[in-house]
Amino acid sequence: MIRAATLAFWSHWRRHPVQLLTLVLGIALATGLWSAVQAINAEARASYARAAAQLGADKFDRLSRSDGKPMSVAEYLTLRRAGWQVAAVLQGTLRVDGASVTLTGIDLVAAPDLPAIAEASADSRIAPLDALTAPGLLFANADLARALGDRPDLPPVIETALVPPRRILTDIGTAEAVLNSTGQISYLLVLPDQPMGRPPLTEIAPDLTQEAARGTQDITRLTDSFHLNLTAFGLLSFVVGLFIVHGTVGLSFEQRRPLIRTLRALGLPMRLLMRLILTELLLLALLGGVIGLALGYLVAAALLPDVAATLRGLYGAPAEGSVSLRPIWLVSGLGMAVAGTLLASAQTLWRLSRLPILAAPGKHRWSARPRAMRNQLLIGLAIVATGIVTFAVADGLIAGFALMAGCLLGAALALPPALAGLLVLGKQMARGPLAEWIVADMRTQLPGLSLALMALLLALAANIGVGTMVASFRLTFDGWLDQRLTSTYYVTARDDAQGTELANWLAPRSDAVLPIRSAEITTGTYPLFVYGIVDHDSYRRHWPLIAADADVWDRVMTGQAALINEQMARRDGLWPGSTVSLAPGWEMVVAGVYSDYGNPTGQAIVALDRLLAHFPDVPNTRFGVHLPADRAEQQAEALRAAFDLPPGAVIMQQGLKAQSRAIFEKTFLVTGALNVLTLGVAGFAILTSLLTLWSQRLPQLAPVWALGLTRSGLAWLELLRAVTLAAMTALLAVPLGLVLAWLLLSVINVAAFGWQLPMYLFPFDWVKLFALALLTAAIAAALPMLRLRRLPPAQLLKVFANEN
Amino acid sequence: MVAIGDPGLDSAACHAMFASGSNRKKRRTMLLTVDHVSKTYPGGRPVLRDASISLAQGESLSLTGESGSGKSTLLHLVAALDGFDAGEITFDGTSYATLDDSGRAALRRDRVALVFQQFNLIPSLTVAQNLAFHARLAGRHDPAWTTEITGRLGLSGVLGHYPEQLSGGQQQRVAIGRAMSVRPKLLLADEPTGNLDEVAASAVLDLMLELVRLSGTALLLVTHSQSIASRLDRQAHLSGGRVA
Repeated sequence: MIRAATLAFWSHWRRHPVQLLTLVLGIALATGLWSAVQAINAEARASYARAAAQLGADKFDRLSRSDGKPMSVAEYLTLRRAGWQVAAVLQGTLRVDGASVTLTGIDLVAAPDLPAIAEASADSRIAPLDALTAPGLLFANADLARALGDRPDLPPVIETALVPPRRILTDIGTAEAVLNSTGQISYLLVLPDQPMGRPPLTEIAPDLTQEAARGTQDITRLTDSFHLNLTAFGLLSFVVGLFIVHGTVGLSFEQRRPLIRTLRALGLPMRLLMRLILTELLLLALLGGVIGLALGYLVAAALLPDVAATLRGLYGAPAEGSVSLRPIWLVSGLGMAVAGTLLASAQTLWRLSRLPILAAPGKHRWSARPRAMRNQLLIGLAIVATGIVTFAVADGLIAGFALMAGCLLGAALALPPALAGLLVLGKQMARGPLAEWIVADMRTQLPGLSLALMALLLALAANIGVGTMVASFRLTFDGWLDQRLTSTYYVTARDDAQGTELANWLAPRSDAVLPIRSAEITTGTYPLFVYGIVDHDSYRRHWPLIAADADVWDRVMTGQAALINEQMARRDGLWPGSTVSLAPGWEMVVAGVYSDYGNPTGQAIVALDRLLAHFPDVPNTRFGVHLPADRAEQQAEALRAAFDLPPGAVIMQQGLKAQSRAIFEKTFLVTGALNVLTLGVAGFAILTSLLTLWSQRLPQLAPVWALGLTRSGLAWLELLRAVTLAAMTALLAVPLGLVLAWLLLSVINVAAFGWQLPMYLFPFDWVKLFALALLTAAIAAALPMLRLRRLPPAQLLKVFANEN
Repeated sequence: MVAIGDPGLDSAACHAMFASGSNRKKRRTMLLTVDHVSKTYPGGRPVLRDASISLAQGESLSLTGESGSGKSTLLHLVAALDGFDAGEITFDGTSYATLDDSGRAALRRDRVALVFQQFNLIPSLTVAQNLAFHARLAGRHDPAWTTEITGRLGLSGVLGHYPEQLSGGQQQRVAIGRAMSVRPKLLLADEPTGNLDEVAASAVLDLMLELVRLSGTALLLVTHSQSIASRLDRQAHLSGGRVA
């Protein structure tokens, strides 16, 4: 019985191969983009974990001074002599090719089992002692190792994949020499296997406090928002894919209702029937899931290098750019495929399970029922209201995402009623029988196309929202670059001595030579860079202040106040008038806040003499040089020749801006790609809806054909209808997209990155997107249209057949 | 039983033989001539073989026959809904052989009207819109005529309703009204009462015949029922794709 019933039940797919393909592809698309995002997230998180594990340092507790000052060697020795198994760490920043990299020096005698150094030494066949004896060894990944290889002032570099990007690992002795910080210790690592009976910390080093192992916490916290953004995109695509599945499953069971009635009349129990259906759905979900995983792997592999670049650029997170197959990813991807398919089919299965045995084969409901429409509108508005209330009572990223999800989901649900309302207006304005029929017919098409149109709305709104955010960011960023990079060119010396020589050489040849000097201070959980500047008109005229007291520059330059970046201001709630602690025992009044896009860390600016008063040893190796642009290249060449500077030591302003813009564009390449993919999925949803509804359209079209319209004319009208519905959806997507853009710029960005951006409107982009939406709909409708044009009259005549 | 158009005469002047019941002969202007038409669907057996009928202006003719005898196909060919393999159809002086897809559509829109067994109303339009649809499509909407039809069909009270809100009899009356509103030269009806009970069928047929007579429209009606067929001017019987 089971075999016969299965064969009868599954014969449906033989007669409807396009429907089968649609269903499998719907599951595959839903799973594919979701899995791609999950693979990217998993890979990035694995990179952080790998970095922490290989470095070893983050898995140990730390000891540091409670006042934040560097520790002395004496304190280190006291602890060692008292039996504490600790290893000293000196951490600092090194400029390499114009960018900061973190150099971590660890006492390798005290912590000899550091995995990264042990394995890299073994791989490179280096004696462990070489890392300890002068000139020492630096361990860095391939890219950084190549850049460091050009620096004759540094010890030899061992290339190893085990050290994360933009980090250098070395012995503390080597670090002291490289960072010019002899005798300083940033913190101590508390090693495992501490002896019993060692004296408590409060007795032997009361100034020190023990901090629990940080693991990958900091990076995870920093990058969570980025991964949440990606997950939101993945979820959006997943939902759009499920729309396709929901529509196709619904139609397939609607068409099989006569068969189901017959099977039940022949004695097949409903329970067995439901088991057959579930088995069928499970098999299709697994098939779609496997295809989706393959798609997801390809998409992840294509996007991961850019994602890794973004994570490194925005957060300094040690992400790598290659994807590997993980069993948990495979299992969760298939799980999502199965769960999504069952979720999308639940309503249909529920109805089917309650179907009376002699229920007549259902006709597709063509008229948009006003009551159902009204209820759907109310539910949509209630979901939007829930999002608003959540946002009002909660704070931060989750509240922002709740509001975003509420707006998107609520608006999607409200779309069909809104379109129905517009069509009622259209019907009143329509003149002529064809126009009236077209508008009335579009209204009857709404229930069948609503899911696809909802998918299109979400995709378009995401495009407008993210597009507006990126374009606003780009515009702000360009202006900001012009404000921040005012020097004609920038030069980096090898060391302080050469820095002094450079400054002396440049002074008579330039309009101004502005030193760029900074100290890195670790306060609490994040690093702070304090810059010292000299008074110059370019700062006063151009610096991108977003909030400032009166006489801000006079107060800063006379040492009475400091400027801080926006990230720090928002994170710590510090605005003009507040007091900021720059270092232990050094507090200053905040006189202004400036925008500092792309910087993951806190930053403050003080007068140079104030910085030197607290940190007399900050390197004096970087300078911004002001002179007329037409003399810049010539002078830079002369400078390189006079001091034998490597190519990367002199960077022209235009080059730096171009480099920054390139990094910016790369950062948003991923969101752009996901935007296009989501729109593609929505277009596919329209295509599948039109194809699956094809057989039910003929009874609507045949009478009009019989009354004197050509098949070709009807086909064009079908295309017109699809494009018109897409156009109406696109128009409604504009306000929704702008709400989304505002949320991204003013809520999500602030919570995730710490900066707020002004919102600019780009109507020309909307026009382009509008055209793209119409094109998407036209492409999706083209196949059904061609099919109708070429349909033999005999097929249409079947609609009028009397003998059933 | 049925007059066969003389291929030697042109359609406007051809003579038809009328043999229904009385074997009377009349000389009339032929509106429709179906001349030795054959039709075979791809991969199937021939549906029509050498079928010939003719119909004069204002005349009514019933087509009867078994299921699958080709009567609906013949109706569809006359309506220019489908093409034929051999023979010739001439309607109102126009040979179908000269018509492309647009010409066929124009013919259906302007000069013939159809009533189907399944009503085939446009579900998204109200009764009033359905009634006027064909006439407006043809650019010949006459509100006074439509109002008269509406009144005669007893549909005045349901003009704002949608087809799904009507009974089968009412829907068929709307279909007849839609067809007659265009004042067609030829009304083609395919089992118009096949979906109705006896009482409703009789009422619908009465109304249709009344309107046909009122407007001087010719009628070609496909039916299984001999009693319905007998109410028309002439009868033709199809068997195995041939006019018997």
